[in-house]
Amino acid sequence: MAEQDLYHRHLISMTDLSSSDIGQIIETAKVMKAISERDVKKTPTLRGRTVINFFTEPSTRTRTSFEIAGKRLSADVINISAAGSSLSKGESLKDMVYNLDAMKPDMLVVRSGFAGVPSMMTEWIECPVVNAGDGRHEHPSQCLLDLMTIQEKKERLEGLKVSIIGDILNSRVAKSNMIAMRKVGMSVTACGPATLLPVNIEKIADKVTSSLDEAVDGADVIMALRVQTERLERIGFPNVREYSKLFGLGLERMKKAKKEALVLHPGPINQGVEISPEVAEGPWSVILDQVTNGVAVRMAILYLLLGGGLQINE
Amino acid sequence: MADKKKKSGGSPTSDDLDKSDQSVILTAQKQHQVITRMAHEIVEKNRNLENLVIVGVVTRGGVLAQRLSSELKRITGAEIPVGTLDPTLYRDDFKQKGAVLAAKITQVPFSIDNMTVLLVDDVLFTGRTINAAITHLFDMGRPKEIQLAVLIDRGHRELPIRPDYCGKNVPTQYVEKIRVRFLECDGKDIVLSGLGDNADGGGQNG
Repeated sequence: MAEQDLYHRHLISMTDLSSSDIGQIIETAKVMKAISERDVKKTPTLRGRTVINFFTEPSTRTRTSFEIAGKRLSADVINISAAGSSLSKGESLKDMVYNLDAMKPDMLVVRSGFAGVPSMMTEWIECPVVNAGDGRHEHPSQCLLDLMTIQEKKERLEGLKVSIIGDILNSRVAKSNMIAMRKVGMSVTACGPATLLPVNIEKIADKVTSSLDEAVDGADVIMALRVQTERLERIGFPNVREYSKLFGLGLERMKKAKKEALVLHPGPINQGVEISPEVAEGPWSVILDQVTNGVAVRMAILYLLLGGGLQINE
Repeated sequence: MADKKKKSGGSPTSDDLDKSDQSVILTAQKQHQVITRMAHEIVEKNRNLENLVIVGVVTRGGVLAQRLSSELKRITGAEIPVGTLDPTLYRDDFKQKGAVLAAKITQVPFSIDNMTVLLVDDVLFTGRTINAAITHLFDMGRPKEIQLAVLIDRGHRELPIRPDYCGKNVPTQYVEKIRVRFLECDGKDIVLSGLGDNADGGGQNG
């Protein structure tokens, strides 16, 4: 039987993965997706393994789908959130991770409001660490489920034109996607108000524009981003109505898009701000396919990392 | 990495057919005869083919399953549905080869409830693949009966599993490799055996 060639021990950043690594994760995820479509949605593959989900920022989709992914593969999944943990008693993050390590988990899935936290934790714990979103930095599992969804619908990735629209400055999803999409041969247009684009954006995007019409025109894939009110600095964002008028993806805007264009959104949606309900629920939308594929991709990540295939080159 | 690869191997390619240290277990003609004989045995044992479905273990068990189905059709006229199953996610040793085994999608597009399931694999070795395959089948439904057909039984069973239909019994050394090759996936019908440096070559980890 052929073996997976992936040898990374942790999943921290899309910069660590090659185009063929990405392809292998997607292929494995397709197998995992078939499990979710059965009556008995469970295989004994990871029985006896313990996965800790450590989320210090709110999350529905990512946390639930990591939990479901672990359970569908028979792993024991434990959820910890910052509020109910001893972090709220003043324990340092480092001490807490040392203590978790002492309980011998097989994997740590981390969501943090600060960039670099998952990477730092790899130094403190024996088991593989998966970045489930760190501040404005990266969100690799979201990126992989986006790519899986695009590949599933378009049957290819290479040569596709993608426009990522909105609050790119604060979006870890956008950053992971820009890195990965260019690796697999897609061309990326970044579109947003200048105040919400990071400096040196032209280094990670093929094209930068502040015109939504220009971004929508001719794109195979349109990715709307959530306006991250919790991370916004007021100076960059005058008001919601103005933003929605200039950068909101509504039916009128979609008239300029290709008929077969896909609309993605990493969720949660601010209805009527970055995307209108008609578009989010319209024929272009694959937003719920993204959620379904999220479980599959996370099952693939658990399977590959816990299977030891990613540990070879340590 | 390269070292690991060598130890655990990948899919054998067509050039392994040319190695001189291999002996032929079944020629193409013999292979066809054996499959025909197995089909006759299946007809003999299963008077009612209406309740029979065939599930082959990927990859070459799936090919053999197709072959048996066509033979059964030729002999009796009955159309027996064929599915393929990948037991990788049910294996107890999915990570013991130094790397993760690549899993494939199980495709059984029919119900196996109350059916006689003919499980098909190319080589029967330790029995672990079949054990995993049976566990997998029970996640899909409750078959009335499971029968096992294999082209080659090479011995060295580690579990109490025996085939109901066997193309050929081949006594082997544990480290020996049995290579079943089919036209559909390898471009050639043949069964070879040999002592290679890769005891875990394609399709024989169980």
